[in-house]
Amino acid sequence: MQVGLQHYLVISALLFATGLLGVIMRRNLLVMYMSLELMLNAANLALVSFSRYNNNLDGQVLVFFIITVAAAEVAVGLALIVALFRKRQSAHVEDLTSMKL
Amino acid sequence: MGLPDILFYIFAALTLLCGLLVVANPFSRSPVTSAMFLVLTIISLAGLFVLLNAFFLAAVQVIVYAGAVMVLFVFVIMLLDLKEEERRHIKAFGFVTGVVSVGIILSVFLKSIGSTAKLALPAAANASTAGESDTHALGMLLFTKYTLPFEVISVLLLVAMIGVITLSKKDLK
Amino acid sequence: MKYEILPWLILFLPLFSAAVIALFTLGNRTVSALISIGAIVTGFVLTLAFISGNGFHPAVSETSTAWLSIGSLQAEFGLKLDGLSLMMLLIVTGVGGAIHIYSFGYMHEDRSMARFFCFLSLFTFSMLGIVLASNFVQMFIFWELVGVSSYLLIGFWFEKPSAGDAAKKAFITNRLGDFGFLLGILMVWQLLGSLNFTALADNLHANPAALQVGGTIAGLLIFCGAVGKSAQFPLHVWLADAMEGPTPVSALIHAATMVAAGVYMLCRVFFLLNADALHVISYVGGFTALLAALIAVQQNDIKRILAYSTLSQLGYMVMSVGLAGQTPAMFHLTTHAFFKALLFLGAGSVIHGLHEEQDIWKMGGLKKHMPVTFWTFFFGTLALCGVPIFAGFYSKDAILAQALEQHNYILFGVAVFVAALTTFYMFRLFFVAFLGEARTEKAKHAHESPFVMTGPLMVLSVLAVVGGFIGITTVYNSQFAPDAEKLTVVQQLLEPLKNIVPMLLGIGAVAVGLFCAYTLYGKAATDPLPAKLGALATAMKNRFYFDEIYEATFIRLHDALAALADWIDRWLVEGFAIGFIRGGTDLSGRSLRLLQTGNLQTYAFLFTLGVALVLYLMLGK
Repeated sequence: MQVGLQHYLVISALLFATGLLGVIMRRNLLVMYMSLELMLNAANLALVSFSRYNNNLDGQVLVFFIITVAAAEVAVGLALIVALFRKRQSAHVEDLTSMKL
Repeated sequence: MGLPDILFYIFAALTLLCGLLVVANPFSRSPVTSAMFLVLTIISLAGLFVLLNAFFLAAVQVIVYAGAVMVLFVFVIMLLDLKEEERRHIKAFGFVTGVVSVGIILSVFLKSIGSTAKLALPAAANASTAGESDTHALGMLLFTKYTLPFEVISVLLLVAMIGVITLSKKDLK
Repeated sequence: MKYEILPWLILFLPLFSAAVIALFTLGNRTVSALISIGAIVTGFVLTLAFISGNGFHPAVSETSTAWLSIGSLQAEFGLKLDGLSLMMLLIVTGVGGAIHIYSFGYMHEDRSMARFFCFLSLFTFSMLGIVLASNFVQMFIFWELVGVSSYLLIGFWFEKPSAGDAAKKAFITNRLGDFGFLLGILMVWQLLGSLNFTALADNLHANPAALQVGGTIAGLLIFCGAVGKSAQFPLHVWLADAMEGPTPVSALIHAATMVAAGVYMLCRVFFLLNADALHVISYVGGFTALLAALIAVQQNDIKRILAYSTLSQLGYMVMSVGLAGQTPAMFHLTTHAFFKALLFLGAGSVIHGLHEEQDIWKMGGLKKHMPVTFWTFFFGTLALCGVPIFAGFYSKDAILAQALEQHNYILFGVAVFVAALTTFYMFRLFFVAFLGEARTEKAKHAHESPFVMTGPLMVLSVLAVVGGFIGITTVYNSQFAPDAEKLTVVQQLLEPLKNIVPMLLGIGAVAVGLFCAYTLYGKAATDPLPAKLGALATAMKNRFYFDEIYEATFIRLHDALAALADWIDRWLVEGFAIGFIRGGTDLSGRSLRLLQTGNLQTYAFLFTLGVALVLYLMLGK
């Protein structure tokens, strides 16, 4: 079977689902963060494959931007986690319940 | 089934497998393991990018993600000393909600993918992939049509940098 | 029209002065006083300049600028410039200027003198606004502004509870009248479709039936405004209490200008008043004149006597308007402004000289100690009583003649009787306070006031003497009766001889009043009247118990209504309606709060479900 757009999209969807599962299931902030990266990458994959199959480079430019934003996001997010850990000695969401009444 | 197709299946399988191991590794709950598998996922994704003729993005993916971002992750993991975290288990509630929501969203995705028109590879792209570098075209696009977003992104990076420095100071004010 | 800018300057100078004082010079008493005095004196000079350039009837009688435009309501900010308003302008700036200068002496000891002059300027601005207003909206706004500045000035010594109460009483009583005034304005607008005086007069002229039955009601509602501001029965109760304010305030606001605003307004909108309304107006005026004169007979506070005298004279003016005599009304208003301001300022001088003593039975023999005050007060008294060749004689005679001309013999009789009463109580005051022997130590050591106070007294006393024949009627006649002949000074001097009956009766009333006052009070050490009149004197002294009656009826009723409203608010609005909504909100808030687990995973789960739903709606169909 000739590999087509659908194949890539299925892979992308499955990867996205995996990432989502991680965000919801895992309780470690760092792992949740990595799962988020997975989801972003799934989106990237979808964009690149669309770009390829529509013969249009705009998708790739978008992926370029996403990678940049993701890098910034990771930097800020990890800084937040570090700051949080300093205060609470934990990177576990169950310990972060100060918003709970 | 030609070589590209075989490669696609290999990379796709690698991506999914490693992705799954990032999220739920039955042998180790250490964040370091997750991080290592994330690197593998990203590299296999870069492989898929190559298959899609996005050579430049594949390179960026490897350099930025697998290089810079993952180094950051590993550094933080080492910095935080998360040994205690490993003992905690996944709770049933989290598992159920996760599976349910993922199931729902995945079914929506797959349904819509199923109804997508089956696009063939563009003929021109098929023929001239080897000859023309898409990096050149990407650069042209980036500095003509997308100049403004490009500049905005640079500001974003600056802001992120300042934010990180502020957050990392010993005493937050 | 020459000097078109001048009326605007005259109007806004006092406002400017009030603003400057309030913002910059509150700390400096003298500078503040000079700014305020400068503003009003400049206004007087500019008014003279304007009149000398244009005469009393400028070619363009109205200058205006667009202001409000809401649907069919077009209100402009305009200045009405005709004989009526220009004459009033002269009175307000002229008499007001004299009072301003006098205040500089009178208030010199007061540490809040700057504030006093700020209020005084604000009042002048508002009063000029009423005088110059070219339409009802503008007039009403300045009408209220006058009420506010009056409130501020009556309550100037707010440390005294009685002053605060008097200020509130004046303001609230005025509000009652103003409410009617507002209704009247709205009614006129609805019936005639305009608020501009000129346009209203034209509309009514073109279509005399436009007001129909509503005319009487509208006229009486508008009269309500005058009842409040000019303190006519039944809203007369505030004026006597308003004497709690500093004496120059009483002279300026509660004698010469503000209380005259009601009469001025009636003359301004005279064309709106039909025969029925005028009838009511004349009787209200006559009754007020009588009532106030009777009360004045048994008052002992020098300022209160003058206050009730003012009420009585205002009644005269209103009665005259009701008898279709605008010229006599405005004539009396003008002369009254001269001599009543003079009397009040004289009283202020006495009070000042006796260190805040206001009871006439604690005065006596002031002739020796305060000669200038004595003589000027004497002239003022003669003018008020209507002794021939003094100003009051001519204006009062004109009103009496008007009543006779209208064949309203009841009101004519009332007016003559009130004239006798006026002479009686004024000479009672005069004999007791100024003649005889000093009754207290304070009175023995009284001292004459400084020139800054006696100067205005002298100026005003000159006006009180000659005011009757210097052409004031000519100006008013040119407004209200254009075909009346212009009289020379000598003709004006002899004018009352044309109507010999009212003149003789008027002089007779003065003679009777003077005779009674002399026999009763010429040598009296205490008041002999209570013994002779018994209960009537007590009733007079207690102002016929109007305050008590109002206390027992209207205020009780009001309290009951307030209690009912309070109950409705507390139980029905707050308890039931608001409680229901509040309780419901509270309950739903509490139940919704359960969704906020504080657990990140739960949020992610719900978020995903939401995203899935949106995606389904967008893609999945």
